[in-house]
Amino acid sequence: MNTVDRASAPGADGSVGDAPATRTMTYLQAITDALRVEMRRDERVFVLGEDVGAFGGAFKATEGLFDEFGADRVQDTPIAEAAIIGTSVGAALAGLRPVCEVQFADFVATGFDQLVNVAGKMHWRTGLAVPMVLRLPSGGGFAGGPFHSQNPEAWFMHAPGLKVVAPSSPADAKGMLAAAIRDHNPVCFLEHKHLYRRIKGEVPLGEHVEPFVARTVRSGEELTIVAYGAMLHLAVEAAGRFEDGRVEVLDLRSLVPLDEEAILASVRRTGKVLIVDEANETCAAGAQVAALVADRAFSDLDGPVRRLAAPDVPIPFSPGLEAAVLPTADRITEAARELLAY
Amino acid sequence: MLVEDPHPPTPDRAPGAPPGRPSDDVAGPPAEDVSPPVLTLADREALLELMVGMRTFEERGVALYKQGRTPGSFYDGHGQEAIPVGATFAMGPDDVLCSPLIRDMGAHLVRGTDLTEIIRHHLGRDNALSRGREGNVHFGDPRRGVVPMVSMLPDMFVVAVGMAMAFRLRGERRVALTFFGDGATSPGAWHEAMNFAGLRREPVVIVCENNGLAYSTPSSAQFVVSPADRAPAYGMPGVVVDGNDVEAVFAAVHAARERALAGDGPTLVEARTMRMHGHGSHDDARYVDPALLEVWRQRDPIATYEATLREAGIDVDAVRTRVLERLDLAVEAALASPLPDPARATDGLFATEEPVPLGRGDAPWSGFAAEASIGGSGR
Repeated sequence: MNTVDRASAPGADGSVGDAPATRTMTYLQAITDALRVEMRRDERVFVLGEDVGAFGGAFKATEGLFDEFGADRVQDTPIAEAAIIGTSVGAALAGLRPVCEVQFADFVATGFDQLVNVAGKMHWRTGLAVPMVLRLPSGGGFAGGPFHSQNPEAWFMHAPGLKVVAPSSPADAKGMLAAAIRDHNPVCFLEHKHLYRRIKGEVPLGEHVEPFVARTVRSGEELTIVAYGAMLHLAVEAAGRFEDGRVEVLDLRSLVPLDEEAILASVRRTGKVLIVDEANETCAAGAQVAALVADRAFSDLDGPVRRLAAPDVPIPFSPGLEAAVLPTADRITEAARELLAY
Repeated sequence: MLVEDPHPPTPDRAPGAPPGRPSDDVAGPPAEDVSPPVLTLADREALLELMVGMRTFEERGVALYKQGRTPGSFYDGHGQEAIPVGATFAMGPDDVLCSPLIRDMGAHLVRGTDLTEIIRHHLGRDNALSRGREGNVHFGDPRRGVVPMVSMLPDMFVVAVGMAMAFRLRGERRVALTFFGDGATSPGAWHEAMNFAGLRREPVVIVCENNGLAYSTPSSAQFVVSPADRAPAYGMPGVVVDGNDVEAVFAAVHAARERALAGDGPTLVEARTMRMHGHGSHDDARYVDPALLEVWRQRDPIATYEATLREAGIDVDAVRTRVLERLDLAVEAALASPLPDPARATDGLFATEEPVPLGRGDAPWSGFAAEASIGGSGR
């Protein structure tokens, strides 16, 4: 492997010239496509993780990459998250662009130190950049139980120096993963497992990069629902139960950096906000959004800042129990109705 | 109280035994297969000067701390100078250090890191190494191929394995040198790094500074099997060396580097020594038997080497004078330098530009110049 950046090589990605064509892909296929395109584009990019090689990963996110790029660039590792993440930090310091897959986001706890103490603090302390991506298959909704369902993004929001993104659509999954790979910093990429095969959409072929900013996915004048990841889809479903033009839905997409201006602009216009997290309620991403609105949009509010999130318990296994703790479209609808009537 | 010598001399494990002696059942070719490196008289004088430089600096550092001029804390490696100096002296300019730890000031000196900047860093002044964001032993000069350490041990060992992996993948002829103490061989990350390094035969040189103490806890309360004896279980040789003999450390690490460059993978060099001061300047180490310290004082790495070099005709007094003059100038300049601007405490959290590769460090060993002149390897 050498460090030649093939970004300028014509035709390397098949999309040079005209506006790129699109193809319908699942959220999961879009992730694989991003990895393939970025690995073709830049030889410094490689992936590593448990079972990501010939097997293609526990969720098949790396399927086909081993055959195309070989064992050096699609590395199977021992079950050792601290070493997966720690060696990625080292490879990044030495000029490569590692993309590590943590098999389930829950398991990242065993590699926490390398992320929050080594990678996150490195640039501020030393001026050394750590360009790496941590892919974190996260979220519940399919009886994964307490160790295969978590949404740990807030852990990393609280650790300075880490970027944290959580796309909701296939196009964003591809574009934001590409942006994460090209970023010069450690990026925690939360990919929601429950979206992997359920969600399909048009995805640009070839190079596609999405910035780490929020996006308004539905416009409205009376209430803003703020969500991201899998909750975005429930928020859109709930908003659709009201007359057009009443409920706005803002997809955060990025949690660090948090698109504060987009949040404030929407809430200042609608005057009411409902913030939805799939994560446990205390200190979740939504708590930061709520604090932001209370601090900087207080005089524009026409109602209380409302939040919906999972209660502060682990995610249960049995489907009935799991449904009891995760936010649903019905609960979002109910909270939205209360706020609209406030 | 630590009363038993952590490394009692025995016929099998005598400190001062020839360097590069592998532990039993090593994986791969033993280090003795590599022809021993030649140290010229100038090399030996440099080794002494670097060790004296470390000690003189640290004695001044303790004084500045006790005078209240150094915020936070101060740590020194009195009695362990031979390890960072001897090990780093075996590194070529493109090799990286990831990372010098608490008692490795000498490693920074070998790489040529600016002394005034180091003192500014310790004093919390604005400086090119840490901008006042870090203190005491948390520094390194990336422009000289040195990655600064973190407090959690042995995190930087894991990172070093990743750097070595990058070198291997790109087919580069360079190694990563990592340091850690006996205490750092207990966390799970140590096992993960050893396993990765051995499994993939990464070009990493592993120096374990076994000084018998993890803060106040003696080795006997930390582990049953020594780090060197654990190494073969990970598919690499474990080599025990007298950590108070700078030439022995140099030779063992040189052999480990040659082995890594040959594609034969990592070596763990366990340099046995004794921590002569407290964990930091705040620690009087009353838990160590003074009689034991006296035994080790007789084997001081600088005093013994000075005696050797004096016999070889080197003017050791002139070495000390040079070191002191440099230090005085550096301290004076550092004390006159400004504090960091508080308005800048929050900037630079994220990198916004294409990363700059690590730079090349000084590689003062004459053997590297000789290799270069014959178009040889080692760089």
